[in-house]
Amino acid sequence: MHQNKLAADTLAAVEIAGLTRSSFILKGALVAGSVYGATAVGPFVKTALAQSGGGDVEILNFALTLEYLEAEFYKKGAGLGLSGEVMKVAREIGANEQEHVEALTSTINDLGGTPATKPTFMFPVTNQKTFLELAQTLEDTGVSAYNGAAPGIESMEVLSAAGSIVQIEARHAARIRMINGVAVAPVAFDEALEKAAVLKAVMPLIKA
Amino acid sequence: MSNTSPEPDSALQELARDPGSRKEFLRKMGGGVAATSAFGLFLAACGGDDDSTSGAGTTTQTDTAMKEESGDLAIVNYALTLEYLETAFYADVAASGLFKGAELEMIKMIGEQEQAHVAALEGTAKNLGTPAAKPQTKFPLDSAESVLGLAATVENLGAAAYLGQAAKIESKEILAAALAIHTVEARHAAALNQLTGKSFVPDGAFAVPASMDEVLAAVKPFIVS
Repeated sequence: MHQNKLAADTLAAVEIAGLTRSSFILKGALVAGSVYGATAVGPFVKTALAQSGGGDVEILNFALTLEYLEAEFYKKGAGLGLSGEVMKVAREIGANEQEHVEALTSTINDLGGTPATKPTFMFPVTNQKTFLELAQTLEDTGVSAYNGAAPGIESMEVLSAAGSIVQIEARHAARIRMINGVAVAPVAFDEALEKAAVLKAVMPLIKA
Repeated sequence: MSNTSPEPDSALQELARDPGSRKEFLRKMGGGVAATSAFGLFLAACGGDDDSTSGAGTTTQTDTAMKEESGDLAIVNYALTLEYLETAFYADVAASGLFKGAELEMIKMIGEQEQAHVAALEGTAKNLGTPAAKPQTKFPLDSAESVLGLAATVENLGAAAYLGQAAKIESKEILAAALAIHTVEARHAAALNQLTGKSFVPDGAFAVPASMDEVLAAVKPFIVS
């Protein structure tokens, strides 16, 4: 299959100015294709992109796992007797997280990587209060996880996509914090967390 | 509330509808007029912000004049100017007497965070070269409702502005700092959107970036000199 873009459609729609590293590689690949014949282009491009994104795939899979977790978490809201307002917010945020899952999955595929499988989760939430508390923790942690991982991303497209997603996580965090009656932005600079710290925070929620 | 959008809102909407208007803006602002104001710095950065350049860019009148300010310094100064603008806005709003109680507290808190961003960016710009000058600003402070609407517009614009620059930042340290500020702007934007009856996620699941030209055109009405 002709591989003409890096990211999923939704992410590719995000405008990125400037000639990026991977589109540069892509151009090289297309030139090679014109020399060696069109049929050679597909695999060559795929390899080139995979080479440019070795570390990126790992970061994307880390992000994918967090998005799986969030998407699954918001589905759990359904049986908790949430108020109309909270249920509406949970549905909207949950739908966003599901879109993140899908976009990250296709981006990993496009880079020639293998998307992480969805773990089995266990959420210790029994009512609206515990649901909102964990939601706040997950969203704040999500923000810090992306902010911690982003400087390590090599591809400018992947970095832009991660930026596009983390802004949404921050908006989710603020919305949940408003419902919880706490500061929407507790600090002037959102903390960046290393992968190990994020994993430590979410491990109790992962069963298998 | 959407029927009574303040002027900058409609300017933004116009921009969103008409991507060609940024070029119009550059034409209008080109040359010596801009170079004497804070906008000169903006425009210098804009010169390297065009769609098809790889960083080296083509030589134009504006970026020749500002050749020395490029790359991360230009981006940091662009962000600094936006943060100056936000800080001045919240200071004016806090002093306007339009707000009390919890709303006033929130405005002050956001203003303090913008001030912290100014300090961090100014320090970074000093390390790289010369920080942008603080612009003289003027904001329409007609009613609590219109001010909150303007605050929401400014914060959404700020978040989109940082997002638009992230992939262009060369230094990992500066990128990390920009990201740490970006998500705080996003938190402000979401809260103000919610308070003004707009969606906290107006772009849906993926935030849309704004280019320097778009952002500069949108904030232009608030910069006196």
